[in-house]
Amino acid sequence: MSEMNKTGAPVAGKVREALREFGLPRLIIAAFLLLMFIIAPFTGANFWSQITNVFNRFSWNAVLVLAMVPMVHSGCGLNFGLPVGIIAGLLGATLSIEWGFTGPVSFFMAILIATPFAIAFGLAYGWLLNKIKGGEMMIATYVGFSVVSFFCMMWLVLPYTKGDMAWGFEGTGLRTTFPIDKYYGGVLSNFLRIQIGKLVIPTGALLFFALLAFLIWAFLHTKTGTAMTAVGSNPVFARAAGINVDRIRMLSVVMSTWLAAVGILVYEQGFGFVQLYNAPFNMALPAVSAILIGGATANKASITNVVIGTILFQGIVTMTPTVMNGLINLDISEVLRMVVSNGMILYALTRKTEATR
Amino acid sequence: MSNQAPLLELKNIKKDFFGNQVLEDINLTLREGEVLGLVGENGAGKSTLMKILFGMNEIRETGGYGGDILLCGEKVSFATPFEALEHGIGMVHQEFSLIPGFTATENILLNREPQKKSVLSEVFGERLNTLDRHEMDERAENAIEKMGVHIDGNMVISDMPVGHKQFTEIARELSKEQLRLLILDEPTAVLTEQEAEALLDSIRGMSARGIAVIFITHRLQEILNVCDKVVVMRDGCIVKDVPAKETSIPEITRWMVGRSVNTTQEDARPIPETKTILSIERLWVDMPGETVRDVNLEVREGEILGIGGLAGQGKLGIPNGIMGLYDAGGKVTFEGKEIPLNSPRKCLDANLAFVSEDRRGVGLLLDESLEWNISFPAMQIQGKYLKPLLGGLVHWRDEAAIREVTQQYIDELQIKCTSSRQRAKELSGGNQQKVCLAKAFALTPKFLFVSEPTRGIDVGAKALVLKALKKFNRENGVTIVMISSELEELRQICDRIAIVSGGRIAGIRPATDSSEDFGALMVSQVV
Repeated sequence: MSEMNKTGAPVAGKVREALREFGLPRLIIAAFLLLMFIIAPFTGANFWSQITNVFNRFSWNAVLVLAMVPMVHSGCGLNFGLPVGIIAGLLGATLSIEWGFTGPVSFFMAILIATPFAIAFGLAYGWLLNKIKGGEMMIATYVGFSVVSFFCMMWLVLPYTKGDMAWGFEGTGLRTTFPIDKYYGGVLSNFLRIQIGKLVIPTGALLFFALLAFLIWAFLHTKTGTAMTAVGSNPVFARAAGINVDRIRMLSVVMSTWLAAVGILVYEQGFGFVQLYNAPFNMALPAVSAILIGGATANKASITNVVIGTILFQGIVTMTPTVMNGLINLDISEVLRMVVSNGMILYALTRKTEATR
Repeated sequence: MSNQAPLLELKNIKKDFFGNQVLEDINLTLREGEVLGLVGENGAGKSTLMKILFGMNEIRETGGYGGDILLCGEKVSFATPFEALEHGIGMVHQEFSLIPGFTATENILLNREPQKKSVLSEVFGERLNTLDRHEMDERAENAIEKMGVHIDGNMVISDMPVGHKQFTEIARELSKEQLRLLILDEPTAVLTEQEAEALLDSIRGMSARGIAVIFITHRLQEILNVCDKVVVMRDGCIVKDVPAKETSIPEITRWMVGRSVNTTQEDARPIPETKTILSIERLWVDMPGETVRDVNLEVREGEILGIGGLAGQGKLGIPNGIMGLYDAGGKVTFEGKEIPLNSPRKCLDANLAFVSEDRRGVGLLLDESLEWNISFPAMQIQGKYLKPLLGGLVHWRDEAAIREVTQQYIDELQIKCTSSRQRAKELSGGNQQKVCLAKAFALTPKFLFVSEPTRGIDVGAKALVLKALKKFNRENGVTIVMISSELEELRQICDRIAIVSGGRIAGIRPATDSSEDFGALMVSQVV
């Protein structure tokens, strides 16, 4: 009898523990997503093209979500200042096109050109965040806003001349949106693309994400990466152990900024367009909520959180409109996206106490 | 009066957390005005028992408890602490729950302020009553007087020394008219000896007024001084319930740990007459509450030097300043080379190590595993537990080596944990302290600062920690400077003891000198 209790209790305990670990909100969202997949075929949507959609959206967004990880690890919180890196990426993209690179080369040149900008922006952004420890996330939000607004002016003023990007009637100033099929549109997604009937897998983009994710994972297993996690976990402990806390935080901000720059380029190659001006505003919140849905907190985030979170978030964003359209002929995808992403952020920030300081 | 029911009676109290039995068959009676000393090692179940008594939420959330609580013969069960308060049970917790920006008076009477009616409140209801400041001062004054100490009721909490904060907490409980039973959870842990003495006096005063007190502490002498009876808990059971007059410290200690703990230094050695390894000249440290003004000190190679003194006199500032955690100035020379101040890294590079008194704040990565906690400084400073990859370009964490060293220290220091991957915050205070020591040991330092290594940990863990330090000194020849507010503990393991008073060294004496001599030094230059 007591034997049975001994074996029975731990199993129940483990199940409870596993459920708690996975988290109720993620469970609900996963169940909701599953429901969508089940309903989808009845609304006339093709199941496989839905799966393809999710794959695509995942491959576009995953790197931007990955850009959250270094800053979360160093205790700088969620990178609401994602637009800073995105602007660096956009500079890389536009300059690469302006200077006449085409095809796959233009993609890698864009990354190369974006890198010095990302480093410079990251250093300045990191310097600022080191000045206001404890209020990083709020300040980051406003840094993002300011940078985007500043560049709204810059895109008009900077002397871009390439006809594909500039306003047609005047020849100066960049357009809000322009297609990049001549340049790096689909360079990753079409690489080693697998097509089985209606199912299309953008292998190249997934591999590219896997490569970056591996690099971050590997970095977190190095000496410096360990120091970064420790700084995020307890900065005083790290300082007492001889770590230069400010420098580690700076490094994490630069890494996050660079990943955001690469992330937006990956997004563009999948999406097929470069979006300027106010577009970067809309990139930070989905990325933040994706990693939170994935189970990260303001202090802890893993690659698994990134993958799970991006799949769940993008899954919902792509599936819901299709199903809703089919059912009630009403597009509420944008509304739903806002509710999910902002709700998730709110939820995660109220849960912040879980990290012990 | 023997037919009258006792004030408090606990009958067969049981409690388990998810199948893990933490309390078994607890039976206890307490009469009016009786002072009960509750002792036991950390994790013996004292806190859980008090939480049950006080109706804390976490007890109900984890499935309630078994057995009965009788208050004056009536069965009660508190769903919330508020109900316990209504029944006249007050509790003073280890952590302060005071509002820093309010005065002592305001804190004492918070939410129970005497009120005056005004025109506005006549119209809009009593929420707009004004506070009767005069009456408040009087009531707070009364409560403070009951303790027999002097606290300025108009002083803001954040400006108070830690002892006065503790008194304010107790005064708050005393100001409640219906108070019949007061639970004090380690109230003296943060007090200096004089303050603790004053507190004990106030406990006697309360008892004379018919208030029963349950007094939890690790300082056994206090129990003997003030309590009517002693209840010793071990592993969730009451192992002894005796009148305080009939027992002694060694006996209590034996009951607590289930083995005898030796408190004398059996292997005292002659003071090492070796060369100076660390010399401190004109050191000042700007550490809030522990200012060091002008310290000159020479530490000899291979000795254990104790630094004692009253709280707030600057003894804690010395290691914190030298190790670069607070702004400092002066000249510190280690093995003939000057060590730059205000740079933790330089000190660690010079093979000094520091175990901070602030375990949770500075000493540990609470959210990380023991493996990380123990290996981190050694990894970062000395490149241990790393594997070079790609021809040394990448320093990869060597998880196997980390696990090995962690396991080694878990065995050596008898750290109680489920595995080396358990998170540091889940350990008890004593075991956390051992992790902090292991972290410093892993650095294989030549010189070790240990600050308040036994603060807030139980007798058994304390003995283990001191033994480990002594062994580390004897076997590895490491020079140790240990800072502690407990003189007896310093006398147990140190060769020499320096006493800090007023931010300066008041004197250095061999540990074998009498306590009175050290006591005189402690108060010599108090500021």
